[in-house]
This record gives sequence, structure tokens and C-alpha cells, in this order.
Amino acid sequence: MVTSWIIGILSRALAYGTPLLLGTLGEIYTERSGVVNLGVEGMMIMGAISAFATAFITGNPWLGMLIAAIAGGLAAFIHAFLSISLRANQVVSGLALTMFGLGLSGLFGKGFEGKPLGATIPNVTVPLLKDIPYLGKILFINQSPIVYIGIVLTPILSYVLFKTSIGITIRSVGENPAAADSAGINVWKVRYLCVLFGGVLAGLGGGYLSIAYRPAWTQEMTGGMGWLVIALTIFAAWKPGRGLVGAYLFGALIHLSYRLQPWVPPQLLKMMPYAFAILALVALAIGSRRTFTQEPNALMEPYVRGEK
Amino acid sequence: MSENNTSLIRFDSIVKKFPDVLANDHVSFDIEEGTIHSLLGENGAGKTTLMNVLYGLYEQEEGTIYLRGQEKIIDSPTKAIELGIGMVHQHFKLVSSHTVIENIALGLKTASTMRPTKEIERKLVELAAQYGLDVDPRAKIWQLSAGEKQRVEILRALYRGAEILILDEPTSVLTPGETERLFQVLQDMASSGRTIIFISHKLDEVMAISKYITVLRDGRVVDTLKKESTNKRELSKKMVGREVLFDLERKPVDRGDKVLEVGNLSAFNDKGIKAINNLSFDLHEGEILGIAGVAGNGQRELAEVLSGLRKATSGKVFIDGKNLTNASPRSIIDSQVTFIPEDRINQGIVGNLTLNDNVILKSYRKPPFSKGIFINYRAVKEHAQKLIEQFDVKAPGPDTPANLLSGGNIQKLILAREVSLEPKLIIASHPTYGLDVGAAEQIRNLLLTQRENGVAVLLISENLTEITSLSDRIAVIYEGQLMGLVNREEATRSELGMMMAGTRIEQITHDQV
Amino acid sequence: MGKSLPIKITERPNPSGLVIIGVSFLALLSAFLVASFVFWAYGTNPIVAYRALFSGAFGGTYELSETIRRAIPLLLAGVGLAIAFKAQFWNIGAEGQLLLGTIAATWVALFSPVPKPLMIPAMFFFGFLAGAAWGLIPAILKSKLGINDVITTLMMNYIAINFVLFLVQGPWKGEHQWGFPYTDKFPQAARLSTIGTTHVHWLTLVIGVLAAILIYILINQTTPGYEIKVLGSNPSAGRFAGMSYVKTTILVMFFSGGLAGMAGVGEIAGIHHMLRNPSELSLGYGYTAIIVAWLARKNPLAVILTAFFFGAIFSGGDALKVSIGLPFQITDVFNGLILFFLIGSEILMNYKIEWRKA
Repeated sequence: MVTSWIIGILSRALAYGTPLLLGTLGEIYTERSGVVNLGVEGMMIMGAISAFATAFITGNPWLGMLIAAIAGGLAAFIHAFLSISLRANQVVSGLALTMFGLGLSGLFGKGFEGKPLGATIPNVTVPLLKDIPYLGKILFINQSPIVYIGIVLTPILSYVLFKTSIGITIRSVGENPAAADSAGINVWKVRYLCVLFGGVLAGLGGGYLSIAYRPAWTQEMTGGMGWLVIALTIFAAWKPGRGLVGAYLFGALIHLSYRLQPWVPPQLLKMMPYAFAILALVALAIGSRRTFTQEPNALMEPYVRGEK
Repeated sequence: MSENNTSLIRFDSIVKKFPDVLANDHVSFDIEEGTIHSLLGENGAGKTTLMNVLYGLYEQEEGTIYLRGQEKIIDSPTKAIELGIGMVHQHFKLVSSHTVIENIALGLKTASTMRPTKEIERKLVELAAQYGLDVDPRAKIWQLSAGEKQRVEILRALYRGAEILILDEPTSVLTPGETERLFQVLQDMASSGRTIIFISHKLDEVMAISKYITVLRDGRVVDTLKKESTNKRELSKKMVGREVLFDLERKPVDRGDKVLEVGNLSAFNDKGIKAINNLSFDLHEGEILGIAGVAGNGQRELAEVLSGLRKATSGKVFIDGKNLTNASPRSIIDSQVTFIPEDRINQGIVGNLTLNDNVILKSYRKPPFSKGIFINYRAVKEHAQKLIEQFDVKAPGPDTPANLLSGGNIQKLILAREVSLEPKLIIASHPTYGLDVGAAEQIRNLLLTQRENGVAVLLISENLTEITSLSDRIAVIYEGQLMGLVNREEATRSELGMMMAGTRIEQITHDQV
Repeated sequence: MGKSLPIKITERPNPSGLVIIGVSFLALLSAFLVASFVFWAYGTNPIVAYRALFSGAFGGTYELSETIRRAIPLLLAGVGLAIAFKAQFWNIGAEGQLLLGTIAATWVALFSPVPKPLMIPAMFFFGFLAGAAWGLIPAILKSKLGINDVITTLMMNYIAINFVLFLVQGPWKGEHQWGFPYTDKFPQAARLSTIGTTHVHWLTLVIGVLAAILIYILINQTTPGYEIKVLGSNPSAGRFAGMSYVKTTILVMFFSGGLAGMAGVGEIAGIHHMLRNPSELSLGYGYTAIIVAWLARKNPLAVILTAFFFGAIFSGGDALKVSIGLPFQITDVFNGLILFFLIGSEILMNYKIEWRKA
């Protein structure tokens, strides 16, 4: 009985945690290159509305996901342009992006509120693999294919970040852009690409919400997930593997909070992810007094070549 | 120099401007292949700027660079690297948290995309052996000594096939022994056909290794000569424009009471390694104690402990008889201890705020500047005006933001502020670093005046000449420990050099000198 | 970037007041221009829209009063954010701090033993304290543990929102509200009087203006203000001068959270007279206040002007909803665009762009 309870939680944890995972993977790359993008919430919601609208109009949900990715990327481009080329304050730029994204999506989503969507990405059950004891029930029964994308992306992105030339370049740009510049790297190009990549993944995460996870469009349906991503990125110590653990942990927590509904008022349960994010950061801060998991050294500083 | 147009590098009338200064003023000279060519000049003469232009980090406003007779436009380090130019910067451009291999791999066009580290490690070991530049490829940069980091920078340039190597003040972080090793490596490279451009303000070194010397002053080329045809005196005159008197006026001063007593002091640095190890010394009124040593041997941590910004793990600090071990910065300030920080822009002033706001940085809570919680800006402005005049701080006015001032004037402002608090003890950390000769002299004279007034001065500097000309007593620090504490007449430069490299004074016999 | 285009970018260290105003004006203009495209994409004629916006904000006495009414919470919260930003504390939590103010006011009005004549001062007093307490938590987390202030203040917003929802749907649900998620209505003694038939609760407005003046004096003329300026510009230099980062951060957030809390008190005691769904209590005032403070360049006195400006956008947006049927999210779009152009234009202020000589 307990095992089936645990399996249920883990299975739903993957479902809830996937948009968090996608967003976090993207933000990890962004921040590793030295740029903070607080606009994740805005990029996700733009992805959500684009996916829904596309799927609704064209009847093709996968096209919807593609458009969601593009929408996220375009939104990210605004932030990239402001913070990298125009050297604007990154915190404020990200906030503006979130405001703008929430507003724009709410505006254009008005027509879609409450409309049911036929062209969704349904969950799948994988034959053969579903019979694997324990793991099969968690991973391969009634799970969204987007979940698999998240799981597969994590080790790939981790490998790229830590074992390839591209990864060395990105990390160096984030730690010491002057060193990278001196070595012939185009710091700005790397940062642009990483920010855009973050947008693409955030957009995908948003698309997942509106056409796969619980197909519907409601205003502000991301409900602060973008902010949890920011917290998770720190909690993950900017490592994709840890990001996966954190995202699914949060997913489990969100799910658990719903399970407790008969006993605890729902609004107090809804507080939990946010309270937990704060507690996680506190635990990390106290714990890392020993170790030195530090953020990328040049995080948040626009790079200007040739300081006198 | 010969008008031979087959010189390797020709600078033709290079002009480089910044908002408030003309850094390179129609600079022209040639560099011959296979030689060590030095760029000599004081701080601010334009040497680093010129090399940054050559390396593609800056773009000149006017003028042309020729490589082997062909005009080249170098608009990025990538281009420079392609042309075979490599640069070893004064402040290392390495990623501290990455390994040596990862730093070499950065931006390497020929590296494979997947797992480039294996291939690079192999080639790196070969290259290192070839030039006698050994270093552990897998070590993280922050674990390396300054000398080793420099080797990494050189290896990185060589790995990319640099035929022209620019070194910017390379010996500022090396002990005398490491400097010799470096010179040997450079001479080997020159003999094998590489061209070395050596930027320095140290006459001795320039005279030791160069074949050609170009002297820069205030952005202009004063002369380009062959080393054999010149001497230190002549070079120094060209560098500064007048005879440089190295002996400042030191009046004899009676040593007074003990002001500072440090006993068995130990502390960790930010990485958790012991930076100060069982240090003991004292300091009296009217004397200057110079702490000599290559940067990175605990000086910064010592200054931070003494000013209350860092916790000592053991030992005692007594100021004027009071136990102020691990006291707060505020109580130390209130005990009339002032501190001239090494990083004057980030610690010494608040750049965005005006000079008015900056002069009261330490004294804003005391009358006449504050009454209750209100600040009396009229008194503040009067005080600022007085200090600006008294200390000759060149600025448009007291309402100017502090970051508009030149380095020398910022330092004078800081000194003015600290001195006006009538301290008993001044801790001066690298007070003349990066300043031009005129400003540096003013600062040194100010410190000497304080000494005459009975103030105790703790002078931390990596400029051995400065230490020997200012200090009454000299202590040498190496890896956080005291290698020796001597009166100024007692130790010779080479003995001090040996202590700086890690030999305790007891182990130096006079035959070794 | 400068290498590919024929321009040269050099630093301009001290932009004059004229430059600042000029560039800000340009930014606002550009934002409105781009917003026209949004209107057009939505199928609305931009000129019609702007006319409706303008008349909705300034068209008559009632419209003007609505603008002022919207400006009041923006003023209080904006002043609070001006001081926070001056100290480089990214208080994104004004929204939550405002809601805590509403909760405190509700407690005073409906559930506390405070005697009726003292209710109004008590509401402001406890509202200030509640907002301040809400802001102090992130302040302590940042100054003592180095935890990111953006995330903590933001998370506290969501906690506050759900806390209000919990109260109105649960223990504080009104007995006389027919099951709606509202608390009971405040007694008359706990309602702020308004000017005539408008919704302008003038007491809060007065408090707001006073707060702007007092905070301005605090920052520019006092020793704690000096410490705020120094630590906000250069924490290293501040520590080196013996200042306490912890004490100053706590002081700053005490005021920042407190002022936002008072904004909440004003809203609930002046307009709604009951606790209700958070999205009805605050139209995102806490977030808009960020732009208010930014446009005012963190100057509390200038906040008076910028709060009024954004009040106009809100009341104009209201009018757009009514007259053209444009959803209220258009204000978020406006605000986002304005902020984009404001921060994007700062490069024009801080750097000089010249044409390069051939």
C-alpha cells in the first residue's frame, strides 16, 4: 500500500516537475553565461498561450510546442538585447519581461479562456517498458512524452556543460568574461545564445502546461512557476543534474500538498511551494558555508571590454 | 633604429583616446624579429594601452600597425591570435575555478568539441617540457602560485602558436628567484626566433634582458634605443623627464610609545587556508614599519584583520594598550586607527557620491558633521574644501562625484580624509600602486610627514625600493610568516629578496650575499 | 557591438538633469508608440484607444479623482521602493507587504479590542508594522545569510496572497456576506472618509505626501540616510568605514515594508471596507510601484509625480476596458513596455554615442 502511494507520488512528481525542470535547465545555461533572466514567468506564459492558440487554430499540438519554443525565444531576445547590448539592469529587465509577458498573454488569451482544446498532447503508456517493476509504473504508464524530453535533455545538457568545448566557453564567459574575451571568445554572442536557449526551454515548459499537462488556457496559469525556477536554479547549484532532482522534488511537494487537502485548508497548501523555496535557499545558505558552491562569478555584470 | 621596412612589427603614429586622457599620442617605433624589446615607462605612460591595441582589445583612433610590412587591422583578440600574437596580462585573465587544461582549451579553434581535454593535456605536457614551464595540468587555477599562473598564461599563448609574446609587468607578482627563471625562459624563446615585448617600469630588469628599449612618457615615445648604447641613469631621466631622486628627505625621529602590538596572530583567507601564521611584531609612534613581500603572501589578510574586516583565529592585537583583537571596524576606527586600502576605488571611496560625501566616510557620526541624526552639510562642505586645498586634490569642485578623479587624486583624497582624523596608527596598503611618479612622491612625502608628527605607520608594499626608502624597520612576510624583522640599515636588497622568496633571516649567512 | 556599427560608445560619467528628463521622455514616447502596435494587433484603432485612455485619466473631475485614487497606493509603495532601491535592496515584495497591511487593518476593524475612535490610527499603525514585519524577513535573510532578495520577497508575495484567500474563505468569512469570500464590512469608525463623491481617501494621500518628504529628508540629511547611500553604492566601502550592512538593511526594509503596508490600509479602509480576494484589493500596485520608483530615479519627491502618472495609466486603462472592451491586461503591457524603454534608454544617459570619423 505504501509502495503504491510512493509510486503514485513519484509519477505525479515527474508530471508536475517537468515545466520546472525545463525552465531550470534553460535558466542554468543562461546564468552560467553570466546573465540573470527573471523573466522566466513571462517566457513561460508566452509559451503557454502560443502553444494553446496554435494548437487551437491549426489542430496540431506539436506545431504548438514549436511555436511555444519560438515565442519563449523571442521573449528572451528582448531581455538579451536590453541587458547585454544596452547594458540595462538585469533584475529590472527580467521583471519587465514578466510583466509584459503576463499582460500580453492575458490580452491575446482573452478569446481562448474556457475553450476546450481537442488538439492536445495526450499521455502515453509505453508497451514493454511499462512492465518494468516500480520504474515502469512511475515512468511509462500514463506519462506525457514531454516528461521524457525533460529526462533525456538533462544528462545531455550536463555533458555539454561540463565536458565539451562549448561548455568550457559558456562557463568561462560566466566566471571571467575578460579572460574569455582575451582568449578570442565573443562574450556577447555566447550570452545571447544562452539567454535565447533559456527562453526556448521556458517556452516549451509553458507549452507543456497548456496543451499537455492540463490542456486549457487560463490567465496567469503558470502561477508563479517561473519564480520557482529562479529559486531552483540556485538550489541546483547551476548543475543540470541537481536541477532535475530539485524540480522533481518540488513536483512531489506540490502534488503532496494537494493530497493533504482533506486535512489542511487548500490555500495554506498552495503556499507550500513558495515557502519551501525560501526554506530550501536558507538550507543551502547555511549548508554552503562549508563548501564553495558559488554562483558564476560574473553573474549580473554587463561585460564592457577594456576597463581602463 | 633602422628604417628597414622588414621589421616584424611597425607602429605608425598610433593614437588612442579615452574620455579624459590621451593614452597614446602618435606612437611610432619598430620591433625587430627574434629580440626582446622592452616598453619602459611609468604607470600611466600608455604602455599597456598600446599593447591592448596590438592585441585587439582596443581599437586605435588613428594610426596603423604593420606586420611584416603589411598593414593589419586587429579588431579582436581572435584576429591577434591568428596573426601569431599572444598576450600575458598583468592581471591574469584566467578562470580561477577551472583547471589549467580548461583554461588552455578556452577559445581554442583546433580543439575537438567533445572531450577536448585529453588531447590538450597531452600536447600541453610536451610544450611545458620543451620550455621548462612545468605546471600540473589538472590543477585548478586558484590553487596555483602567481608564478605558476603566469606559466599557464605563457603556455596558453604558446599553445596557440604565438610567435610574438607580449608580457605586461610580468615580474610584479614574482619573487626575485622566479624572475630569474622567467628571464631564462624568455631568452631561450628569443634565441629560437620568437619575439618578446616586455612591458615594465623596472629599470633593472629592462636593462637585464632587453636588446631594444622604447621609452614612453605621458603617451608619447621619448626614444627607442639599443640597450648597449644606454644606461640606467639616462633611461630613468627619459622615463620621468627629470633626475629622479630616490632618497626622500627622512628626518631623524625619536621613536615613541608602542602603538600597535601584534602577538602570534593567525587567520584564514577566503578559501579556508591559513593566510597569516603566527605573526608577531610591534610598532611605535613616529616610525614606519614596512611589510615587504610579494603580493599574495598574507598582506591583504593582515590588513583586514588589523582593520576589523576579518576574524583572527588566534593571537592578539593590542592598540595603544587596549586589546582590540577581533573588534568591530567601528571600534577600531574609534581607536584612531585609519586604513588606506589597497583597492582604493572599491574600498576607499564611494564612486557615485560627491567629494563632500566621501570626506566624511569615517567621521560622519561625530560633531561637527552631525548633530543628533542630522548631518550638518555646511560643516561638511567647509571641511571638504579645506582638505582639497591642503592636500592639493585636483578636482572641479567638492560636488564632483569621486570616481571622476584620477587615481592619484583619489588616493590623495583618501589620505586627506584619513589623516584629518588625527590617527595614531595609519595602515597603508600599497599606497602608491598604479600612481604616476608625481603623485607617488606626494603620497610618500605625506606619509613621512605623518611619521614626523608622531604617527605610527604600517606600510605594506611590494615595491622594495619604496619600503627601503621609507621604512625605519622592515619585516618580510612570506606565506603568512615573518621571515625576518630588521632595521633599515641592517639588510641588503638581496637579503631582503631572499627573505621574500622564503628564506628565514637566520638561515642567511653573509657569504651567501 | 560598437565595432560593427560606425558608432563609438564612450562613458558619460555624470548626466545632467536635463539629459535625464529628456531621455525619460523619449523612452515614454517610444513605449506608447510600440503600444500602438499592440492595439492595432488586437484590432483596435490606436488613436481611438489613446483618446479613450487620455479622457479616462484626465477627462473630467471624476476621471481626475480616479487617477488620484489609483495614485495613492502607488505613492506610498513607490516611496518605500525608492528607499529600498537606493540601498540596492530589490524589494519585489511590495505587493505582499501591502496585503499584510490589509490583513492588519481588517484585524483592527473587525476582530480587535481597539476602541472605535482609535481605529483609524490603529489601522495605520498596525498596518505599517505588519508590512514592515513582512519585509523584515527577506531583509534578515539577505543581510545575514546572503540569500537573494528578489526571490524571497517575491515568494512572500505568493504566501501573502494565499494567506488572504485563506482568511476570507475560511476563519474570517463574513457572517453577513451570503457566503461570498469577503469579511464582514468594516464599521463606520474604520472607514476613511473620501472627498465628496469620489474615491479619494484623502488621509492616505496626505500620509503619502508626508512620507515622501520625510523619506527624502531621511535619505539626504541624516546619518542613517548617509549609510543607506554609501552601502547602496558600495557595500565594501561601507563596511570598511564601520557601517553595519545588517542594521541598515533592516532599517530600509522596515520603512519599505511599512509604507507598502500603509498603502494596503488605505485601500481597504478607504475603498473596499472589507477584506476580499487579493486581486480585487490590489491591481498589482506593488509591482507597478517598482516602475514608479524607477522612473522617479529613486527620488522620493519625484515619486509624487510618477505615482500620479501611473495612476493615470491605471484609470485610463479602466476606461479602455469600459469604452472599447480592451481587457485590463493592457495596463500590464503598457507598464512592461514603459519599463523596457526606461531601462533600455539608460544607455543613452550613461554613455555618449557618437558617429565615428571615417
